[in-house]
Amino acid sequence: MDYNWNWGVLFTDPYLDWLVMGVQWTFAVALTAWVLALIVGILVGVGRTLPSRPIAFICTAYVELFRNVPLLVQMFLWYFVMPELVPDDMGRWIKRDMPNPEYVTAVIALGLYTASRVAEQVRAGISAVGQGLTNASYANGFSVAQTYRYILLPISFRLIVPPMTSEFLTIFKNSSLALTIGLLELTAQSQQIAEYTFNGFEAYTAATVIYVCIALLATIIMQVAERYTRIPGYMGSR
Amino acid sequence: MSDFDFAVIANNLPFLMEGLQLSLWLTFLAMMGGIVLGTLLALMRLSGILPLSLFAATYVNLIRSVPLILVIFWFYFLVPLALGRPIGNFYSALIAFTLFEAAYFSEIIRAGIQSVRKGQAQAGQASGLNYWQIQRYIVLPQAFRNMIPILVTQGIILFQDTSLVFVVSLRDFMTVSSIVARTEGRLVEMYIFAAIVYFVICFAGSLFVRRLQKAKTA
Repeated sequence: MDYNWNWGVLFTDPYLDWLVMGVQWTFAVALTAWVLALIVGILVGVGRTLPSRPIAFICTAYVELFRNVPLLVQMFLWYFVMPELVPDDMGRWIKRDMPNPEYVTAVIALGLYTASRVAEQVRAGISAVGQGLTNASYANGFSVAQTYRYILLPISFRLIVPPMTSEFLTIFKNSSLALTIGLLELTAQSQQIAEYTFNGFEAYTAATVIYVCIALLATIIMQVAERYTRIPGYMGSR
Repeated sequence: MSDFDFAVIANNLPFLMEGLQLSLWLTFLAMMGGIVLGTLLALMRLSGILPLSLFAATYVNLIRSVPLILVIFWFYFLVPLALGRPIGNFYSALIAFTLFEAAYFSEIIRAGIQSVRKGQAQAGQASGLNYWQIQRYIVLPQAFRNMIPILVTQGIILFQDTSLVFVVSLRDFMTVSSIVARTEGRLVEMYIFAAIVYFVICFAGSLFVRRLQKAKTA
């Protein structure tokens, strides 16, 4: 194996800056998309469990649609196709004047994709609460809205904290797909360093170590969250 | 771009089909390799032998915390370096996918093995079977029967993941669609078409999984 080792390259100008910028973009995309995914995902997940058939159908269709098309294709649909399908003026604005088009597109694509996965967790959480409590609440004269507000959501949100941990980790990993539309996040930067310096080993190791640290950090944060949200007496809690 | 031109799909159909074939072939091979390696990793993890289970746990957790694209870049860079000569993109991608998916398969298989009751393995021991015979004839057959729906689901995810070979320009269905889109200047039609093809295949797959699950509980 012919290879010139040079770990110092990671700390030279401009490569260190590239890595730092890459990490910043990875966090920016992942965290913003996570907020979008939580909002949409909770709405869709709740919608799937509502007694109204049309709403439940639309929400189920959303989940099936977004889950069964690869994220890369969705990324391209938002980036290349969507501006052509909206009214001309809006399309022109998106293509010419929208600030940070790669970032905005990546957040929308990743957020709406992850929302379908969040929705599945929310739905599973609500059905795990059980029909008994729902019936009891209706029997006490609660409306549908009150049942959700006081019974189903408070319990199910606490039940789904553990599975949400893995979704939270996944969104950081999936944010790497933003590189396909030209956003220079962590993976893209490491690849660029590899190409410029021929020190691929060092560059990819740096990216790998940073992703592992992100995963560890996210796991620790979520473990703390799990401890505070655990419901004694429910399955999986002690 | 006001008018659609879907003739572009018909004109390039053989090229697109070649891409789809590569995607399916890559999915199939990586799934087979991933299941074999994943089974070994799961057995190592459950072996009770500290170095083995530590190695398997580290491997699985490491792979599961990095993005697939980074793993593809790693092997695209490493495999030719290790072999000292370039080999096709396809083999680099296949190695990357197999090693990446093995980590995910091993977690599924581990849960499957744990779902087989302990008494089964103990009965095997009492009958004088050795470790490999117990795994081969008693534990794994039952574990895999329980896992089939989840394994197929993971296969669907793997099929979607193969679109990521786009980043190293390997000509799978996604890359081929985007080549046609660019050369013909028909981005809208081609990406919508790609989305529909992926959706139909994956949705059919998930309906199949639902039927498997129903058959299991019935």
